[in-house]
Amino acid sequence: MRYSILSLARQALAGHAGWPEAWRKPAPKPRYDVVIIGGGGHGLASAYYLAKLHGIRNVAVLERGWIGGGNTGRNTTIVRSNYFLKDNAFFYEHALKLWEGLSRDLNFNVMFSQRGNIILSHDFGGAEGAKMRYNALRLNGIDGEYLSREEVRRRVPDLDFSPTARFPVFGAVNQVRSGVARHDAVAWGYARAADALGVDIIENCEVTGFDIVGGEVRGVRTTRGDIAAGKVGIAVAGHSGQVAAMAGLRLPIETHLLQAMVSEPVKPFIDTVVISPGLHVYVSQTDKGEVLMGGALDGYNSYSQRGTWPTIEDVVSASVSLFPRLRGLRLMRTWGGVMDMTMDGSPIISKTPIRHLYIDGGWCYGGFKATPGSGWVFAHTIANDAPHRLNEGYTLERFRSGRTLTERGLGNVPHHH
Amino acid sequence: MLLIDCPCCGERPEDEFGFGGDATVRHPNEAGAGDPPGIEAFADYLYLRDNPKGWHSEFWVHRYGCRRWLVVERHTVTHEVRSVGLAASGGEG
Repeated sequence: MRYSILSLARQALAGHAGWPEAWRKPAPKPRYDVVIIGGGGHGLASAYYLAKLHGIRNVAVLERGWIGGGNTGRNTTIVRSNYFLKDNAFFYEHALKLWEGLSRDLNFNVMFSQRGNIILSHDFGGAEGAKMRYNALRLNGIDGEYLSREEVRRRVPDLDFSPTARFPVFGAVNQVRSGVARHDAVAWGYARAADALGVDIIENCEVTGFDIVGGEVRGVRTTRGDIAAGKVGIAVAGHSGQVAAMAGLRLPIETHLLQAMVSEPVKPFIDTVVISPGLHVYVSQTDKGEVLMGGALDGYNSYSQRGTWPTIEDVVSASVSLFPRLRGLRLMRTWGGVMDMTMDGSPIISKTPIRHLYIDGGWCYGGFKATPGSGWVFAHTIANDAPHRLNEGYTLERFRSGRTLTERGLGNVPHHH
Repeated sequence: MLLIDCPCCGERPEDEFGFGGDATVRHPNEAGAGDPPGIEAFADYLYLRDNPKGWHSEFWVHRYGCRRWLVVERHTVTHEVRSVGLAASGGEG
């Protein structure tokens, strides 16, 4: 059923008893042209674009848990494309352009709200660095603006502008077209749209091994039986290393824990996303009124999906120092996700040494914003057995050839954004 | 909150410590990867990790305590700490 004002009215009159299921629950077929491992946003988007743009409709998405139960539903929903290096800038900008038309494309409201992304500077040096990055953005044809202290005050009046502010606002840069989206809707929307094109979405189906013959993948072994496949794509975020290891691959990835949290809901007072790179905290307000806060990794390898107190304290104290009004609020909910941190902070969307096995992973903690772009280029890579121009740099081999993509210019640490 | 039983200082909370990563990684010169070690050996050393889901042997430094480097065995799902030793003595207590 196509969602529209008419279908809504019709269902409302019928007491909302006639809505069909958003996607089927098929049993796995013995063979698919393409099997995607991982039913998160990236896997579902890959299947959708394979069916929609490349005419490959005999596709299965295998999900160990349920749709929307992983990182797609565990992030801070921020979407932006303010990157410095060309490979990253053009890739994320392509993703942002797909976001701008996504609700219409999927016939599912992902509630994409372009409310900006204000990155604060707290001193002269910070502001100069930020201006350099935004000049790079503008040179790449991506929008950005510099805001003076007074302009930031008009835009976000509840920041601490007092003379005694612990972290005074010096200025800011804003990517106006950045925004937020409803994360669950992204998973559901892609699942429903892919299903409508014939893709089988198979939940509660864990991959336990690969069938590899003579250096070529022939299928996967799962908890619901063996499935033959012409091509296999891995899109499993924090478990990339676990799944790749079943195919005998070692990755330049460590899995780390990232927490986020919301306060109790209050009246709207932040209508954008505010980021302080110095404090490493980002603050926004959800449509329900909760103040949503995120920060740095807990800092040690983890697959636990739950964090510990020191990070929560760091994030909350930094947020309160930016927004003194948060002081009296209670924290309502905290959660954690497992992040596939690459050693250069940029993703891997690549062929592998095994023929017809592809990997889309290493999203660090920037995976949500990339979802449409990631699926789009991964579908291209699988369909053509070659990367698109936009993901040519995101190879596995770059760690051997020295062509790493480090936004922050640091060495081999798995703590880059 | 992780509690790490430092051999010098006793059981202390995680925010006194800094994390130093996988303790099983060996520099190509130590690992006997040829003389001189090839570029592949260096790339593996710098970038590739086992990234286990389970027991993980890792470096921590007691930054706000004795400032000694430790080798800690910790479970990456439950966060349970199984053993702590001094890195200088190869991870022994």
